[in-house]
Amino acid sequence: MNSLREKYTLVIGLEVHAQLLTKSKIYNSDANAFGSDPNTNLGVITLAHPGTLPKLNKKAVEFAIKMGLASHCEISRFNIFDRKNYFYPDLPKGYQLTQDRTPICKGGYITVTVKEGDRDVKLNRIHIEEDAGKSIHLEGERDTLVDFNRAGVPLIEIVTEPDIRTSEEAGALLSEVRKMVRYLDICDGNMEEGSLRCDANVSVMLKGATQYGKKVEIKNMNSIRNVQRAIEHEFDRQISLLERGESVVSETRTFDANDGKTYGMRTKEELNDYRYFPDPDLSPMEVSDAWLKEIQDTMPELPRALAKKYTNEYQLPEYDALVLTDSKDVAQYFEAICGRTKNYKAASNWVMGPVKSYLKELSLTADEFPVGPAIIAEMIELIDGGKISYTIASQQIFTELLKNPNKTAFEVAQQLNVIQDSNQDSLMPIINEVIKEFPLKVEEYKHGKKGIIAMFMGEVMKRSKGKADPKVANELLTKKLKEV
Amino acid sequence: MKIDRTLLDKIAHLSRLEFDEKDAEKMMKDMTAIVDWVEKLKEVNTDGVEPLTTMSHEINMLREDEVKPHLDHEAALLNAPKKDDVYFRVPKVLE
Repeated sequence: MNSLREKYTLVIGLEVHAQLLTKSKIYNSDANAFGSDPNTNLGVITLAHPGTLPKLNKKAVEFAIKMGLASHCEISRFNIFDRKNYFYPDLPKGYQLTQDRTPICKGGYITVTVKEGDRDVKLNRIHIEEDAGKSIHLEGERDTLVDFNRAGVPLIEIVTEPDIRTSEEAGALLSEVRKMVRYLDICDGNMEEGSLRCDANVSVMLKGATQYGKKVEIKNMNSIRNVQRAIEHEFDRQISLLERGESVVSETRTFDANDGKTYGMRTKEELNDYRYFPDPDLSPMEVSDAWLKEIQDTMPELPRALAKKYTNEYQLPEYDALVLTDSKDVAQYFEAICGRTKNYKAASNWVMGPVKSYLKELSLTADEFPVGPAIIAEMIELIDGGKISYTIASQQIFTELLKNPNKTAFEVAQQLNVIQDSNQDSLMPIINEVIKEFPLKVEEYKHGKKGIIAMFMGEVMKRSKGKADPKVANELLTKKLKEV
Repeated sequence: MKIDRTLLDKIAHLSRLEFDEKDAEKMMKDMTAIVDWVEKLKEVNTDGVEPLTTMSHEINMLREDEVKPHLDHEAALLNAPKKDDVYFRVPKVLE
């Protein structure tokens, strides 16, 4: 199959739906809350009772604009809403209020990182719409059960151009989107719970062709990994069809995570005809310069910009920058340390090492980390000042701080009696004593066996009960050995 | 433009409506008349006229993002033709 793949170009476009973290729904003031008891966040507008009219949630618009600004889109200044008409039991009105003619964000791109480097994936649009309710099909149950809590929850739909060429790029785009919505605080990005969902349009064409092949829309992939698996499977399936002289049928297919294959969905609906038309109930919406500016002013630093700052300004390796900006809470914690020490690499090491492994072990976010960033900064300063060693700090002091997060690092160091001795007056007698005790070793050293200094250092450390500042002790020892 | 049986059936299906022979005849006649009348409107020159999407002159009727009291669970389910203690029930939807 691999050699056959060489003959074809894979063409992918993604449609990513993100549920917005507003308090209320998009067209009414019912609660937008995940995990409520079924059918408890409902009002007459959600249920489409006769005579009810929608009213647009300002916050939902602002969240959509934020994503548009982060994705370099043009923001539509004049917006209307459209009705997408279809019957389904989880859609109370019989139409979805969405944006067809005037998506709030047009064009733009999202930069993704793949093996070959960075590339910009072109967007077609980002528009605002409402989510539908949830249908529950239980085994052995004659009815379908419907929970309308999700009906009317605000969504943005991010639509890429058919600009993606590999499943790796598709995965990179999704993880970038997830990172962005989390940094922007507009969606929790949880794919398992469905707050971030992705459909993939996949087609293949012969290399060098200019005409896209017939596309298939794949649904039901609840993780980035599964989106990639579905695309890989679809790539081979479509090539096989074409190689056998058959053609690809334009259809909606569902992904089965158990066998990694896609299956055509049997729909009773003949060709979908959504009969879009402008919704006359919602007033047109204009985005003024002032409003846009207001939103621009609340934009946080985004992960890519932060990573760039870490490599350029902080001189950190790219790997560090990537790990530190992977989630907003960790980046913020790291930033807070950097506000208090200029040793950025040490700050990075602390966060990527002891801090992150503690968070991972207990499944916490950095906001929940007991020890404040100021204390970590203090430890870095203590280490750099020779007061404590990194080993002692990362093992004993750190452990103690986790138990007593209200103490300062210095207090804990004192309490544990681990403050290093960098005082020449107290170190010299120990050094002299060691040198006196091992005259033969001194001779060996003088005859060029420089490695033996490790043995002297070991003795000094032992006799100082581990409190000698190794750096100072080493300097004094080397100097002394030259003299004798 | 004439609404024929094929088009009527398609529209009826999309609207989840069913017509018997007699009603279908009447529908095709009525709908053809409606479409003809709309065709007539096309004779008006609308060059440079923005599409009218709303009869109101209001712009930006937005609401703040606040949760307000809504229906309680029982009231929400009250008018459902079929329900249980928790859910709305509909005939099995097969995909």
